[in-house]
Amino acid sequence: MSTTSGSSRQALQPGPSGWLAAPALAFFLLFAIIPLIGVLFLSFTSWDGLGEIKLDGLSSWTTVLTDPVTGNALLVTAKIMFFSFIIQAPISLLLGVFTAAGQKYRAALAVLYFVPLLLSSAAVAIAFKALLDPNFGLGAGLGLPILAQDWLGNSDLVLFVVVFVIAWQFVPFHTLIYQGGVRQIPASLYEAAQIDGAGRVQQFFNITLPQLKYTIITSSTLMVVGSLAYFDLVFVLTGGGPGYATRLLPLHMYLTGFKANDMGAASALGVILVAIGLALALLLQRLGGKNRNASQLEGA
Amino acid sequence: MASITQLPVPPSAPARPAVRPRPRTKGPGRTRPNFLGGLGGWLWLAIIIVPVYYVVVTSLKNQAGFFTSNPMMPPSEPTLDNYKLVVENDFARYFANSLIVTVGSVVPALLVSFMAAYAIVRGRSRFLSWTNNLFLLGLAIPLHATIIPIYWMITRAHLYDTLLALILPSIAFAIPISVLILSNFMRDVPNELFESMRLDGCSDWAMMWRLALPMTRPAVVTVGIYNALGVWNGFLFPLILTQSPETRVLPLSLWTFQGEFSVNIPAVLAAVVLATLPLLVVYVIARRQLLSGLTAGFSK
Repeated sequence: MSTTSGSSRQALQPGPSGWLAAPALAFFLLFAIIPLIGVLFLSFTSWDGLGEIKLDGLSSWTTVLTDPVTGNALLVTAKIMFFSFIIQAPISLLLGVFTAAGQKYRAALAVLYFVPLLLSSAAVAIAFKALLDPNFGLGAGLGLPILAQDWLGNSDLVLFVVVFVIAWQFVPFHTLIYQGGVRQIPASLYEAAQIDGAGRVQQFFNITLPQLKYTIITSSTLMVVGSLAYFDLVFVLTGGGPGYATRLLPLHMYLTGFKANDMGAASALGVILVAIGLALALLLQRLGGKNRNASQLEGA
Repeated sequence: MASITQLPVPPSAPARPAVRPRPRTKGPGRTRPNFLGGLGGWLWLAIIIVPVYYVVVTSLKNQAGFFTSNPMMPPSEPTLDNYKLVVENDFARYFANSLIVTVGSVVPALLVSFMAAYAIVRGRSRFLSWTNNLFLLGLAIPLHATIIPIYWMITRAHLYDTLLALILPSIAFAIPISVLILSNFMRDVPNELFESMRLDGCSDWAMMWRLALPMTRPAVVTVGIYNALGVWNGFLFPLILTQSPETRVLPLSLWTFQGEFSVNIPAVLAAVVLATLPLLVVYVIARRQLLSGLTAGFSK
């Protein structure tokens, strides 16, 4: 995978001791890998979070797999993942291309685009909750009745509100990734295209887009796998409601474990979450081509 | 190593991506102004700025003003009472807690990740490539699925409701992405430099601090800021691993403010502004480093 390019040093030197990696490995094993095994183990137990952990066979799994709320949570997760991607990917790509160009005002815009990344998800959720209030928010302020809806109380609308707020928070990050990618495209390609008389749109589709292939894979992987981690924003914004309309899988896991005190079922949901994450990451890697697999994952 | 592989980089080039001059000085829109792009760019700016504006303006209104004035208009009599209320409600303690948790997890995470990245890039043992693969796997897994075993471990270790309970898993969760970005940058340090230092009799330990660290400093800063943003704004660990006001961190305090002040929206939004202000100050000071570092770190 990420072993270094073949250089002569490997033959010459013994290299540093593996012990240098030991502290990082120890932390990661203790607080990530062992819990990962632990979540699988706990899914076969019953535990209320306080008392004894009792082995309980498949009963948590039966509960989870027969509960219609699980299926609904999966569906909501898939919808949010899909719509988030459809909205965020093109906007980030276009904004990245836009801000990568030399003009000063575009650089200034890029500085302001970054601001949402400074806010915590809790802060973003609270801000939007106030802003979307039909009586004291944006709709009332602009005098536009169409904006004065009960955005968070209407189960037909709320999913798209969540998708929008997620995009507001995360598009800036992906814009940065694309901006970096565009800046690495050699200028000579554009110069040659201009000599050939290619217009801006042609240049975008014939040069920019193909050259950004690996940036697109990186950003998309982060977007899709990352959408399995949308928890805090939705938790504060809607709490999963109204009803179960925005109860994503991670949120469903939290509520099952820490509110309904059914840690066994919550662990089973955790296992499902891990399985989906792994499957998606592998799939996206495969789409990216085999020869550059692991380093492609995330930012590589 | 996404798009960079398309660049004809000479093998001896002192590749320092964060400070590398832009290969492309003219954008595709140089020939004639790109009205459509500009329009989109300004539109997105409006989408970013309107909620921020609303939060700031509302936080300066008194409660009566909030209910009677136009939500999008600045207050006729701006007041700082809301800020006073937030500060009087132990804001300083939550701030200090956030600072302790952020510094306490980012510094150790950087240290162990840097050492691991050095070993992974310079070493060639099977153990190290196995370690690296494990970290890459960690990127693909939604690690939040492990909160239940982590909760169990933390309560068992009698760390529940302490700041250390937040620090330990935060370090572990920061390691995979840190090792990935740092090792990507470390591969660009010319091998000749290491060889000449070795000929001078330097140990790997000395080379790590005296050569690898100065050469990858921009990446170290980038990774540090990126992790600090994540930990500072983190919500899930504080939610499940702490309870009392003594251990409350800022994002969680926003959520509890929202519960306590409920109808006093201006005060809640003042808390949002105050919680974001420290990061805004950091951003204004270290903007260049942050933006160039993140674009380089993720599009490499």
